[in-house]
Amino acid sequence: MEILGLYNYWVFIVLLMIGLYTVMAKPNLMKKLLGLSIFQAAVFLLYITLDKIEGGTAPIIQADAIGQIYANPLPQVLILTAIVVGISTLALGLAVVVRIHEAYGTIEDDQIQQADLRE
Amino acid sequence: MTVLFGIFLLTLLVVTAIGIVRAENLFTAVILGGIFSLLMAANFFVLDAVDVALTEAAVGAGVSTVLLLGALALVPDREERSARGRRLALAIITLTGLTIGYATFDNPHLGDPDAPVHQHVAPWYLEQTPILIDIPNVVTAVLGSYRGYDTLGEVIVVLTAGIGVLFLLGLPGAFGDRKPEDVAAGKTYLNHHLVPQVVGLLLVPFIMLFALYVQFHGEYGPGGGFQAGAIFAAAIILFALIQGEREALNLIPPRVLVVLMASGALLYGGVGVLTMLLGGNFLEYGVLSSNPVQGQQWGIILIELGVGVSVASVLLAIYHAFAARGR
Amino acid sequence: MAPLLDGLSWFLLVGGGLFVLIGGIGILRLPDLYTRMHAAGLTDTMGTLMILLGLILQAGLTLAALKLAAIVVFLMLTGPTATYALANAAMLSGLRPKNVEMPSDLPEDMQF
Repeated sequence: MEILGLYNYWVFIVLLMIGLYTVMAKPNLMKKLLGLSIFQAAVFLLYITLDKIEGGTAPIIQADAIGQIYANPLPQVLILTAIVVGISTLALGLAVVVRIHEAYGTIEDDQIQQADLRE
Repeated sequence: MTVLFGIFLLTLLVVTAIGIVRAENLFTAVILGGIFSLLMAANFFVLDAVDVALTEAAVGAGVSTVLLLGALALVPDREERSARGRRLALAIITLTGLTIGYATFDNPHLGDPDAPVHQHVAPWYLEQTPILIDIPNVVTAVLGSYRGYDTLGEVIVVLTAGIGVLFLLGLPGAFGDRKPEDVAAGKTYLNHHLVPQVVGLLLVPFIMLFALYVQFHGEYGPGGGFQAGAIFAAAIILFALIQGEREALNLIPPRVLVVLMASGALLYGGVGVLTMLLGGNFLEYGVLSSNPVQGQQWGIILIELGVGVSVASVLLAIYHAFAARGR
Repeated sequence: MAPLLDGLSWFLLVGGGLFVLIGGIGILRLPDLYTRMHAAGLTDTMGTLMILLGLILQAGLTLAALKLAAIVVFLMLTGPTATYALANAAMLSGLRPKNVEMPSDLPEDMQF
C-alpha cells in the first residue's frame, strides 16, 4: 500500500524528466515549447496531489453537510493561476517562434546557431 | 477502487507524454498535447480539485491546442532528427530523477490527513469562509478575496502576454483574403464543409450562454473568471473558424479587443481604488456595502467580471494575431 | 422499482463500456482512416449515449440528471459533426481509401 500512496510522486518525477529531456535534447523549437508545457503540467500534478485528503470532497461548502471533510483549497488556487500564466507564456513563446521562422527560415536551433555564426 | 482508477489515469498520462516526445510530425505532437491536457483534467478531478480540472480542460485542452495549431500553420510541421547531445541529456535526467525519487520516500502518502499541508492555514480558511464571505466555493473566495492581490497580478500577466504577442505579430487591419461579393453571396470559407458550418453556428450562442453561466456561477460551484473567459474565447474562435477571419474581425474589431483587454484589468484595479476611496485598504471589499459580508460578495463578483473580460479578449486577440498572419 | 432501475443502469453502463472498448480495438486494427472513423463514431455515439443514460438512471430526478441530458444532446450534435468534418477534410486533402476504385464520373472539385 505504501507504493500506491507514493505513485503520484513517481509519475510526477517521470513527467518532469520527460519534459526536461524534451527541452534539452530536441532541437526543434515547437517541441521545446511542448516539453515545457509537459514540465509545467508535472508541477501542477505535484501540487494537486498534496491537496487530496482521505474521505474528502471538493472544497465547495454544502450548507447541509456537517462534519464533511474538504480538500485543501490553497494549492488549487495556486495552480489555477499557474495554468493561466502557463498558457500566457506559451502564447508568447509561439509568437517568438513564428517570428524566428520568418527571420531565419527554420525552427531547428542548431541551424539557427549556424546561421548566426555565419554572419 | 478509485485508487486503481487514479493509477490507470496517471499511467496513461506518462504514455501520452512519451508519445509527444517521440512524435516526429508536429501536428501529431500537438494533438497528443491536447489529449494530455484532457487526461490531466481528469486526473485533477480524481484528486478532488474541480475548479482546477475545469480550468485545465477549458484552457489547456481547448484554447492552448488552438493556439498551437495556429502557430503550426505558420511553421514547418516536421521535426528533423538530431542525435546531438542525447546521451548527455539522458544521463542528466536519470541522475536528477533518481535524486528526486530518493526524496519522495519522506513525502506524505496520497490523502494522508496528518500531512503538514492540512494542519496550519487550510482549516482556518475552511472554517472562516462561511462566516466572513459566505460563498460556498472556497477556492473562489481565496482567489478573489483572501489572495486577491495575486489574482490582480495574474490578470496583469495575461494582459502583458497579450500585449507582447500583439507587439510581435500585430493585428492586421486589412485582411484581403475574401472579397465582399463572396461574403454577400453566402460563400464562406467552408464551402465544402456544410455540416460543421450549420452545427457550429447553431452551437455558438449556447457556448456563450454557458460561458456566462460559468462566470456568474463561480461562487456556488466550480467556475469563475478564468474558465468563463476561456470558454467565451472558444465560442468566438469557433465562429472565426467557420465563417472566416474577416467575419470574426468584423464581429469584434481589433480596436475593441484591445480596449476590452485593458478594461478588464482596469475594472479589477478600479475596484481596489474604489475601496481605498471609500476608506478601506486596497481591495478590502468590506467597505463596498453597509454589510461587510455583502461587500465581500459584491467585490468578488466585480473582480471576476474584470478577470473574465480580460482573459476572453486576450485569448481572442492572440488567436487573431496567429490566424490572420501570413495571408 | 429501485432494483430494476439499478439493474438497467448497470446494464447500460457495462454495455457503454463494451462499445467504447470495441471502438478502441477497431481504431487500432482497421486499416485506413475512413474505416477507423466508423470505429471512432461507435465510441462517440453508442458508447457515450449508453454511459450517460446509465448515469441519468443513477441520478434519479435531480438537477444532475438534467445536466447530463444536456450533455447527451450536445454530444449527439457535435460527435457526428466532428466525424463528418474529419472525413471531409481527409477527402479534400487527397487521402484516398485503400483498395477502393474511385469512380470516374466524380464532379469537378472532387477529382484528385
